[in-house]
Amino acid sequence: MTKPMDQILWQEIEPGGVITEPGNASCYHTGAWRSQKPKYDPDTCIKCWRCYIMCPDCAISPDYENNVFVWNFNYCKGCGICAYECPANAIVMEED
Amino acid sequence: MASAVSDVSITETKMAETEKKKVIKPLKNFPMEEYINSGHRACQGCAEVLAVRHVLKAIGPDVVMAMATGCMEIISSPYPYTSWTVPWIHIAFENAAAVASGIEAGLKALKRKKRIPDKEITILAMGGDGGTTDIGFQALSGMMERGHKIIYVCVDNEAYMNTGIQRSSSTPFGATTTTSPAGRVAPAGQMTWKKDMVAIAAAHGIPYTATACPTFYNDLQKKILKAKEVDGPSYIHILSVCPTGWRVPLHKAIEYGQLAVDTGVFPLYEVENGVWKLNRKPKELKPVVEYFKGQGRYRHLDDTLTAEIQDKITARWNRLVKMCEADKED
Repeated sequence: MTKPMDQILWQEIEPGGVITEPGNASCYHTGAWRSQKPKYDPDTCIKCWRCYIMCPDCAISPDYENNVFVWNFNYCKGCGICAYECPANAIVMEED
Repeated sequence: MASAVSDVSITETKMAETEKKKVIKPLKNFPMEEYINSGHRACQGCAEVLAVRHVLKAIGPDVVMAMATGCMEIISSPYPYTSWTVPWIHIAFENAAAVASGIEAGLKALKRKKRIPDKEITILAMGGDGGTTDIGFQALSGMMERGHKIIYVCVDNEAYMNTGIQRSSSTPFGATTTTSPAGRVAPAGQMTWKKDMVAIAAAHGIPYTATACPTFYNDLQKKILKAKEVDGPSYIHILSVCPTGWRVPLHKAIEYGQLAVDTGVFPLYEVENGVWKLNRKPKELKPVVEYFKGQGRYRHLDDTLTAEIQDKITARWNRLVKMCEADKED
């Protein structure tokens, strides 16, 4: 993945400052910002997808095999939108 | 009688079983691909990045983006990183629409010379409310007048949030910002009303103009698809709640979007070829106080100011409903 800014030499910079690797911001883990963590209860969950649709960080994804939604805690910033919007109250925020 | 009771109990147990066995069904009409990757540095609970996510999901991979400076540019591309998985260019505040016009003309020429395959490529220009209503206004007006086939999306969080909440011409009356603070001189904070950008865009006579909100994501995606289909410029104005600048709790961004629509502060409507149409019409508008409650930027408002705002909002809403109904009858 891309090196951090202070390790890049000027010879390595593309003309015009073009970034050639799409979506490389994923190597920056925003999960460190989190102070609260969502706790998910698969039994109460009604699988309505609302948390997936409303997540601004694209941190929630479905796991069809185990029939649950999984959180990617590398990116979840702990905003609590999923917990607040969940119609079945299957998600609770707790201190991380 | 007894059999009836047992029947009921059987159906009840069946219902309970089916409830237990809820399985994740793939979503219809909601693509799974992400075009703005995780790892972007938006504030916690940002509804603006959510709006961008839904817009890009609706358009799909064949898109070229031109983005004015603003929150969405700052959070997605701190050098040497980028969150975008689609071709994307960052330009200055004032010329998102101008650069998008150039991209459109350039792609047209390349297609004509057969340098690139002849497939439909959507050009998406995007700006915040500062980049659209204040600084990028003349470029946008020019783009709409020349009739380029571009979707211009304004993600409106009602102030210059990324530089520290300065007022823009899209800031609503009564909101306090760092450059329009509420105090003795200006008891309301922002003393002017929000610029009606959608009406201005519609007055250019462009084929499609609409307002949207990420809370109503189906409506938002439908509008983007419609804008993609029309031949000519289209303008979509998206209200995106900013928990940092509006001073609301992090988890309430979606709820405030809903309240903005239901109180009539931000009605959802579209103007298609000059025909106005209301997309969501609540039976009865909620009082604006419900929308103001809990927002730190409206904390200073007293009853007289609230009543003044309520009057204006009701008048605007009535005028909009009247316009839409008149167009319906035609």
